[in-house]
Amino acid sequence: MIGELVVSLFILVGATFALIGSIGLVRLPDFYTRLHGPTKATTLGVGALLLASVIYFSALREGLSLHEALITLFLFMTAPVSAHLLVRAGLHHRVESRSRAPAEDHGHPDPEAPI
Amino acid sequence: MSGRAEASTKSGFKLFPHPVLTVVLVIVWLLLVNSIHPRMIVLGLGFGIAIPLFTRRFWPDHPRICRVGVLVRFVPVFIWDVVIANLQVAWLIVNFRRELRPTWVVVPLDITDPYAITTLANVISLTPGTVSSELGPGRRTLLVHSMDVDDPQALVDRIKRRYEAPLKEIFEC
Repeated sequence: MIGELVVSLFILVGATFALIGSIGLVRLPDFYTRLHGPTKATTLGVGALLLASVIYFSALREGLSLHEALITLFLFMTAPVSAHLLVRAGLHHRVESRSRAPAEDHGHPDPEAPI
Repeated sequence: MSGRAEASTKSGFKLFPHPVLTVVLVIVWLLLVNSIHPRMIVLGLGFGIAIPLFTRRFWPDHPRICRVGVLVRFVPVFIWDVVIANLQVAWLIVNFRRELRPTWVVVPLDITDPYAITTLANVISLTPGTVSSELGPGRRTLLVHSMDVDDPQALVDRIKRRYEAPLKEIFEC
C-alpha cells in the first residue's frame, strides 16, 4: 500500500516535469533558450519515472531491478552532447537569437551578426 | 604529462589495454541483463575484454584521474545541482509573468586536458540554466548560453569556482 503510494507519487512528479519541459518548448522565446527545456526539466522527469520503476519492480515485483540506472547514465551522457550539437548547428546557420551577446569577442561566431 | 607520453609510445599486445573500461563494461552488461548469474558475468567479461581490444585505436590516451577524493566530493555537489537546475528551469518556464534575460557568456578556461574540458562542458549543460555551446579557438574559451542572467561575470565566476576548480584537481596533476 505505502509502496504503491510512493510509486504513484514519483510517477506524478516525473510526468509533471516532463509536461513542464514540453511547455518550455512552446513558450520560450528563441531556439537557444528552448534547448534548456529538453536538457534539464526532462532529466528530473525521467529520473523520477525511473526511480518509480526501480521501486515498483524491486519492492512489489520479482526482486532487485537496477537496469534503470543505465538509462540515467546514458541520458546524462547523451543529453548534453545532443544539446551542444544543436546549439552549434544553430550558430552555424545563424539562427536568430534574442539573447545578450558576450561582453568581449573571443573568436566565437557572433549569434547576432547578420548573414 | 611525461607518464602519459611513455604509456602511449609503449607498443605490444596487452590483454587489458583499458582495465577501467573493462570493469565498466562488465557492470553495464550486468545492469543491462539485470542479473548476476555467473553465466552473465562470464559473458560480460568476454565483452569487457573484447570491446577494448577492438576499439583500442579510438583511445589514444587514458583519462587520468589523480584525485579520487575530490571526485567523490564533486559527484554529490553535481547531482544536487542537477536537481536544483531542474527546479529552477521548471519555475522559469511555468512563471509566465517573468521576463527572461537569456545571455551568452564566454568562460575563459584554465584547464587544458581534453577529458577535463569535455566533463566541464557536459556538467555545464546539465546544471542551472546553462548549455555549453562552443569551444573557442585553441580550446581557451567556452561559449555558454544561459537562460536567465543578472550578472554575466558572477555566472562565469561561479562556473570557474564550483566546477572548473575541482575538475582541474581531478584531471590535472
